[in-house]
Amino acid sequence: MTPDSLAALVPDGALLALPPDNSLAPCAFARALVRRGVRGLRLLGVPVSGYATDLLIGAGCVAQVQTSAVTLGEAGLAPRFAAAVADGTLEVLDATCPAIHTMLQAAEKGVPYMPLRGLLGSDVLAHRPDWRVAQNPFSDVPDLVVLLPALSPDIAAFHAVMADAHGNVWVGRRRELATLAHAARRVLVTVERMVPGNMLYDERLAAGVISGTYIDTVAVAQHGAWPIALLDEYPADAGHMQEYARAARTMAGFRAYLDHHVLPAAAA
Amino acid sequence: MIQPEERLAAGIARLILDPAQPPARHIAVGAASPVPAAACWLVRLLGHPVRLSLLHRPQGNPFTEGSRELFDLAGQGRIDLFFLGGGQIDGQANLNLLGTGAWPGRTARFPGSFGSAFMYMMVPRTILFREEHSPRVLVPRVDHISAPGVSPPEHFRRGTAQALVTGRCVFRFDAAAARFSLASLHPGETAGSVRAATGFDYDGSDAPVTADPPPEWLALLRGPVCDEMRGTYPAFCARVWGGLAA
Repeated sequence: MTPDSLAALVPDGALLALPPDNSLAPCAFARALVRRGVRGLRLLGVPVSGYATDLLIGAGCVAQVQTSAVTLGEAGLAPRFAAAVADGTLEVLDATCPAIHTMLQAAEKGVPYMPLRGLLGSDVLAHRPDWRVAQNPFSDVPDLVVLLPALSPDIAAFHAVMADAHGNVWVGRRRELATLAHAARRVLVTVERMVPGNMLYDERLAAGVISGTYIDTVAVAQHGAWPIALLDEYPADAGHMQEYARAARTMAGFRAYLDHHVLPAAAA
Repeated sequence: MIQPEERLAAGIARLILDPAQPPARHIAVGAASPVPAAACWLVRLLGHPVRLSLLHRPQGNPFTEGSRELFDLAGQGRIDLFFLGGGQIDGQANLNLLGTGAWPGRTARFPGSFGSAFMYMMVPRTILFREEHSPRVLVPRVDHISAPGVSPPEHFRRGTAQALVTGRCVFRFDAAAARFSLASLHPGETAGSVRAATGFDYDGSDAPVTADPPPEWLALLRGPVCDEMRGTYPAFCARVWGGLAA
């Protein structure tokens, strides 16, 4: 398997969940999705979005994004996201970080919804007719809580450090990816490398493993998180992030970026 | 020569240590917040027993349950103090991290609300920090509310903004009145210059000058605080304190 063969498994219009730039975002896979020419994706940021989301929006792959923020971190605002919002070509479902975690936790438990505090009085809540406000049934005094529906992404994708032949993948302490994998219908993972044996038999590795029970397909993609960091494996390529942020300010600059860094398969 | 960032960090440290406030035993600092992070390290290195959870520290990050753990802690009331900012902040301490113009920010889109709609209501104390102090940031009324400054009694809320620190001054926030009041002016500012740069109405027209950090605070900031922060904020440390980024 390669990132491009993983990308071929993503149908147009899928609800695709992606982690942000500090949590194993699958950047090589996102570039493969651009090459595949996927259309109408609905992206979910878990719980925020970064480079991969901005790239897919700029390449015309995305109809809707649900997220708590889109940012390039130190490199600044996400230019193609901001342009698509200004043009009105992108549907944005604004959320707030713990609400996205909670909707995924409801899905992993198989319950229809979960309550969350906060959010009352926020325009984020006012623009979410799918989120409900209800009286806490265990309280005798007025006490409103927000009820959030379970959310099962069609596909979740991330870039893990390693996988074994049993389909187990190691994400270390990024346990929000375990919740995401539990909640999603299909999970596609790129990894830096395959390792021998079964990681679930190693007590020191097992706590950072997502069991193969939840993983559908694994592909090796060396440096597959580039240009973002991968835990302690390699740091972010800050110079490249600045280059992207600068180029993507205009559509012409963005197209030149795609031609140079994304469309040639060798750039995978 | 005291750097502006050093003055801001010291001002925030004084607010953290304010004895009139509930204790700050556990402070969390979010992304892209080097000045609040410096203030927290200063408080810690002055010897105060405070637990710091720095979300974007690449090494030694405090959380092992993923990014939801911060919000779970805050939901239980186990984070005492947090920092927030905004693309717009208004006179009732409403925060807008969404954008300006028609929903969802058609005129100028900001990144988004992050966890603000939850954290602002779950933590007992929030210190607002925004270096740019201009009528475009400090507005009479935010275009969109990411997180509300005050809430009615039936909305569970542990606290509100304690203060707003900007590049020009420090405002205190009175939650009962839902109004800011001028607490101190940074050197070079006057009551008139701050009034002219502020889009919202606030109480107080005169205030003392924001105190200089004492020499021992400056020594801490330039030595051990900078050492702790270089790994997370190399560009900030190089700009404020010089030397090569690690």
